[in-house]
Amino acid sequence: MKSQISLAFEKCKRENRPALLTYTVAGDNSKKKSLEILKSISQYADIVEIGFPFNAPTADGPQIQNSTYRALKNGFKLKDAFQIVKNYKKSRNAKPCILMGYYQMVYSYGENKFVKKCKQAGVNGLIIVDLPWPDNKKFAKLCRKNSITFVQLISPTTSKERMKKIIRDSHDLNYLISMLSTTGGKLKVSPKRILKNYFKIKRINKSKNMVIGFGITNKTIGSFKKADGLVVGSALCKGISDSIKNRQNPVIKLNKMVKVLKNKII
Amino acid sequence: MKVKKGIPLIDQHDKNGFYGGKFGGNYVAETLKKPIDDLSKLFDKCRKDKKFLKERDDLYENYVGSPTRFFKLQNLTDHLGGAQIYAKMVSDANGGAHKIYNAITHAMLCKKAKKKYICTDTGAGYNGKMFSMVAKKFGLGCKVFMGTRDIERQKPNCDAIRKNGAEIVPVTSGSRTLVDAVSECIRYWVSNCDKVHMGIGSLVGPNIFVKICGWSTAQISRELKVQLEDEFGEIPNKLKLINCVGGGSSAYGFWSEFFDYNKKHIELIGVEAGGPKNSKLHAAPLSKNSKIGILHGAAAYCVQDNDGQISETESCSSGLDYPSCSPIHCFLKDVGRARYTVATDEEAFSAYKLVTELEEISPSLEPAHSFAEAIKIAPKLDESNIIVVNSCGDSLKDRDIIKKRLGNYIR
Repeated sequence: MKSQISLAFEKCKRENRPALLTYTVAGDNSKKKSLEILKSISQYADIVEIGFPFNAPTADGPQIQNSTYRALKNGFKLKDAFQIVKNYKKSRNAKPCILMGYYQMVYSYGENKFVKKCKQAGVNGLIIVDLPWPDNKKFAKLCRKNSITFVQLISPTTSKERMKKIIRDSHDLNYLISMLSTTGGKLKVSPKRILKNYFKIKRINKSKNMVIGFGITNKTIGSFKKADGLVVGSALCKGISDSIKNRQNPVIKLNKMVKVLKNKII
Repeated sequence: MKVKKGIPLIDQHDKNGFYGGKFGGNYVAETLKKPIDDLSKLFDKCRKDKKFLKERDDLYENYVGSPTRFFKLQNLTDHLGGAQIYAKMVSDANGGAHKIYNAITHAMLCKKAKKKYICTDTGAGYNGKMFSMVAKKFGLGCKVFMGTRDIERQKPNCDAIRKNGAEIVPVTSGSRTLVDAVSECIRYWVSNCDKVHMGIGSLVGPNIFVKICGWSTAQISRELKVQLEDEFGEIPNKLKLINCVGGGSSAYGFWSEFFDYNKKHIELIGVEAGGPKNSKLHAAPLSKNSKIGILHGAAAYCVQDNDGQISETESCSSGLDYPSCSPIHCFLKDVGRARYTVATDEEAFSAYKLVTELEEISPSLEPAHSFAEAIKIAPKLDESNIIVVNSCGDSLKDRDIIKKRLGNYIR
């Protein structure tokens, strides 16, 4: 049976456009608001990534860190992330959802218990930032057993040989980090070069979907239309920060932002 | 799970970088896999290269100044009336602490990797200071990541870092101490790993950083072994080696020649920061039985809350103020080869006071924790027991804290 994630990509391909993946942090800026944001942006997003906060992140840029600290300051607990997904999945517009975070949270909760909770809540995929291949083999298997896509990351530093092995072991979705950066960095490589690298990697196994993330904003997203999917995270987290600063409703602000992003890729 | 004899402890990991099957590893973002792999290969090559070793030994001898002194604290011994207390004055090292050994190795590796920039983290400021010194010596650009709370309380070292031409990058996230500085330094490396070499300042982080650090600080116990033989004609048969443990770099260096001895013969005692007496906060994951957590690329005992978030720590000594500890010390704890205990802020201050009143030495607040333990146990032991304390840092950096707490600071 095809995963909901794969089905979402198929739908986008039929519409001849890349999938739009959003990333927001669970509990930012409150549990209630973060759920409302998810429901609202699902009008335009194809897949939603939801970050579960960890207070010693080693690959997040300042925007996502701000979101994380806001959520934690509001008393966010890991169980809230599962609750948010569960409630989100009941909503009318619900899209496939990928939880993303750091291994310490999984380890501390217990791998088995974590994956089981994900399954119960309706999580479709998982990204664990600091659990690279091959250390993730066992955990990826556990995910697969529970019909959860374990998303493998590939970066500009990943050697060709390593890529082949990662892709061989990967499920139906891989994530290409566009450049050497934490999340939310300014795009320091031209989209053309990123896409060239992207298609080189795609050739290893065309049947697996691959999204591009890091440095994607409403200014750059239009240049990547040929990819299977694009992830926008930091720009949205910044949108929440800005709306709080300007006393606007982050739900409305994010809905508008995601609408603009979507319009740029159709 | 046990310590294997005849093999450096840093090398007793499995192919995935775990000690005892569960401590350590390489929990890093995909982007860092290759730089870490490259660094591991380079280090393996260099540590076998005679030229590299000679250059290092020359630097240790002439630039760091080796050996650092080893002598008896006669007044303290008489005052406490029990075991004989000795000090290994690692604070004699150029720059004033053991961090210089690791910094030198990293600068040499940075050069070998043909990188022009080096970055590191710092808590007490000593690691940052040493990196800034070697960066200047080797002609490297240098960035030092430091929590703003530590920048406030370790001013003398910050001044030194800046004087050496390095840039201090203030870290304002989280608790604004070492833990956040390390996170930020790793984040910086993720973005710049093609041009910049990263050195982690302690025996923590992904496996290769644990190894490089331990390999470097091991110089301390090589010296100590010779000095013990010179002083006693043999290794004393009731020897206790006391060292403070934050990340655990100086403790590893102090003990590395002695792991193979029976623990009844040579007891290894690690002293963690217990924090203020009346505070619930501490920086003692080993002695207070914290759970294993994944922080900064490695699995180790780590102060954390029920939800897995890293907890805030508190200690008067910035160098020990870290929620986790080295995978190697976790391993030593679990196999029972080392014993870990705590000293509170109060105990460290009174140890500092007593030691400086009686002796011509001035340990920083980190080794003051070790002296606190020595002061606790010495009176209960007879004079056939030899206690050696690693006085691994000089107090000058703590000038302001000590002045505030004890009323004055006299050197």
